[in-house]
Amino acid sequence: MSTGPGILAPVTALGAATLRLLGEMGAMFLFLADGLRLIFASPKQIPKILNQVFVIGSKSLFVILLIGVFTGMVLGLQGYYTLVKFGSEGLLGAAVALSLIRELGPVLTAIMVTGRAGSSMAAEIGVMRITDQIDALDVMDINPMAYLVAPRIAASLISFPLLTAVFDVVGILGGYVTGVTLLGINEGVYFYRIQSSVEMADITGGFMKSLLFAVIVATVSCYQGYFTHMRRDGVGPEGVSNSTTSAVVLSCVFVLVADYALTSFLL
Amino acid sequence: MRANSGWDIRLDGLAVGYGDHVVLRDVNALLPAGEISMIIGGSGCGKSTLLRHVLGLQRPMAGTLSVGGRDLFALAGRDFRKVRRRMGVLFQDGALLGSLTLGDNVALPLREHTGLPKATVRQIVLHKLALVGLADYADYYPNQLSGGMRKRAGLARAIVMDPPILLCDEPTSGLDPVNAARMDQLLLDMRANFPGMTIVVVSHDLRSLDAIANYVLMLHDGTAAFAGPVDALRASDDPYVRSFLDRRADEDQRTGVSLAPEVQQALDAWLER
Amino acid sequence: MKKYSRETSVGIFVLIGLLCVGYLTIKLGRMELLSDKGYTVHARFTSITGLRVGAEVEIAGVPVGRVAGITLAPDKPVAMVSLRMQEGVHLTDDVIASVKTSGLIGDKYIKLSPGGSPDQLGEGDEITETESAIDIESLISKYVFGGV
Ligand SMILES: Nc1ncnc2c1ncn2[C@@H]1O[C@H](COP(=O)(O)OP(=O)(O)OP(=O)(O)O)[C@@H](O)[C@H]1O
Ligand SMILES: [Mg+2]
Repeated sequence: MSTGPGILAPVTALGAATLRLLGEMGAMFLFLADGLRLIFASPKQIPKILNQVFVIGSKSLFVILLIGVFTGMVLGLQGYYTLVKFGSEGLLGAAVALSLIRELGPVLTAIMVTGRAGSSMAAEIGVMRITDQIDALDVMDINPMAYLVAPRIAASLISFPLLTAVFDVVGILGGYVTGVTLLGINEGVYFYRIQSSVEMADITGGFMKSLLFAVIVATVSCYQGYFTHMRRDGVGPEGVSNSTTSAVVLSCVFVLVADYALTSFLL
Repeated sequence: MRANSGWDIRLDGLAVGYGDHVVLRDVNALLPAGEISMIIGGSGCGKSTLLRHVLGLQRPMAGTLSVGGRDLFALAGRDFRKVRRRMGVLFQDGALLGSLTLGDNVALPLREHTGLPKATVRQIVLHKLALVGLADYADYYPNQLSGGMRKRAGLARAIVMDPPILLCDEPTSGLDPVNAARMDQLLLDMRANFPGMTIVVVSHDLRSLDAIANYVLMLHDGTAAFAGPVDALRASDDPYVRSFLDRRADEDQRTGVSLAPEVQQALDAWLER
Repeated sequence: MKKYSRETSVGIFVLIGLLCVGYLTIKLGRMELLSDKGYTVHARFTSITGLRVGAEVEIAGVPVGRVAGITLAPDKPVAMVSLRMQEGVHLTDDVIASVKTSGLIGDKYIKLSPGGSPDQLGEGDEITETESAIDIESLISKYVFGGV
């Protein structure tokens, strides 16, 4: 039986795409497993990991501060005008803190870091691939997975929760600025409400999310760069540029899907 | 130890390519230890591809490739890596790590594979960089150098672990005559200082062929057109060998300089605007 | 010219990050680093709808403790609530514990109304007088459909 052009063609194409995606996800999973194992390959990994913490964490700190403040301020405004209708504007602190800690902190941090560091991981590793640098590492008997990928995964696992915590705290302060300073909610009530409503489970849940997102972003970005030469939609610099785009798009999609899955699991 | 260690490279009925695309087939050759073998052939004939197979980066489509008497692709894990650690490689574009300085690039294999103290590493690195005339550039990044300088730095990295097998992809292309001669001299010195070292050089440079090669593997038309000592190459009367050595264009591959008249007219019309 | 070395900026980043983690977990998450001083008393309620672990315990509006645990009583189908009281807060054995709501739709908390008995409650004792949660929904429906 042939599946030539006919009514089945779109279905066949969908099936092929699904199989490709599943295959790709399996490959990424193995890639991740290899990367995680190699984090502990040798003590020589530590300086490489610290260097990546600089690239992924320190260099993202400023943008996270900025985005965090503004997210908190917007939450403060929106929350105020919603709550004031019910006369419950005293709950603003709780609303801001819970949205940040449970949801927006981990997710927005992951998305910002994807834009800043995920794209550059994909581009940097991709360029190394097309200029034979990865092959050069290989023939020097330096495992490119251990040299390039493992430190990035480890550094993401360190940086994401820290950046998320910064985002949460700064966001809470941003909500304070609009809620208390501009809209005149009582300062004590704002913080009292935060403290009385936030549970340890919310905070650990937020950190679990950020660890999961760290793994997703680092794996997807490194994988896209590492296999730039296998792409079918472009070779050379075009391949690198497509890898970078896929890294950002796939990371964001996977982060949001994983967020939904984990949230429904945590609640 | 190193003398007569027998790190020769033997290709038996080797076929290489990408996917379904066969680049070379049925290549038979012996690149002997202790000699400089040169792989020559036109641009795009598959020299770099062949080299990637010798490095074990790609699997051949058919045939065997043995290094030091052991079938490279029958080895696995540690044994494979053990053989490959014996190879120093200069890639066509140097393949230096862009995020490291030249000094760090050259030091990388030492740092990863040895526990030598920092000062010793530094000394070795500066010595190897001086060999290729780049002693003053240890703190430069690869993209701050010219293509020729990157190539020389790549060679310094290739020889930093004193490998018994040295593979160079076009070491002299892009170099001025003085530095090209210096590179050739360096390879001759390597052969003299490390007896038994297998040196394989990919090149189009006829002057290098004259200056350094003992053995030649000439690729043409998807296979080995010639494999053997350089004297035999010179005596050969194969038409392609002759046209290559005499630097003549193949008669049947010449294209007229002029475009077809109507195409030329169309182009002219645009150029005159 | 770099103002800071890589190590310094990694150090600053990690420090700021850890401070924020500390603030979140210790201050907001109320992770108890040191074993807290105080004592636990129990109270039975027929209904505590909406009350959560961690909710405040107040006397005259002053926070004096937290709800440490909620279980079903072993002998009867009533709620058994453990209250972790701060050290120095003395409860008499005729104290009344009631589940209250802050505002119309706010959080539930426990209000303690001290009595006049000379006997004090200690670790593990039980409060006998309790008032259960007022079910606002049923109150509203009673109001709407009459029958108050
Ligand atoms: N990644 C690849 N995928 C598919 N085909 C390739 C790839 N790389 C090279 N080729 C093809 O293999 C052939 C040989 O290429 P190779 O790079 O080995 O040539 P070369 O002899 O080294 O040329 P040059 O002297 O210009 O370096 C060419 O026809 C090229 O199109
Ligand atoms: Mg080449």
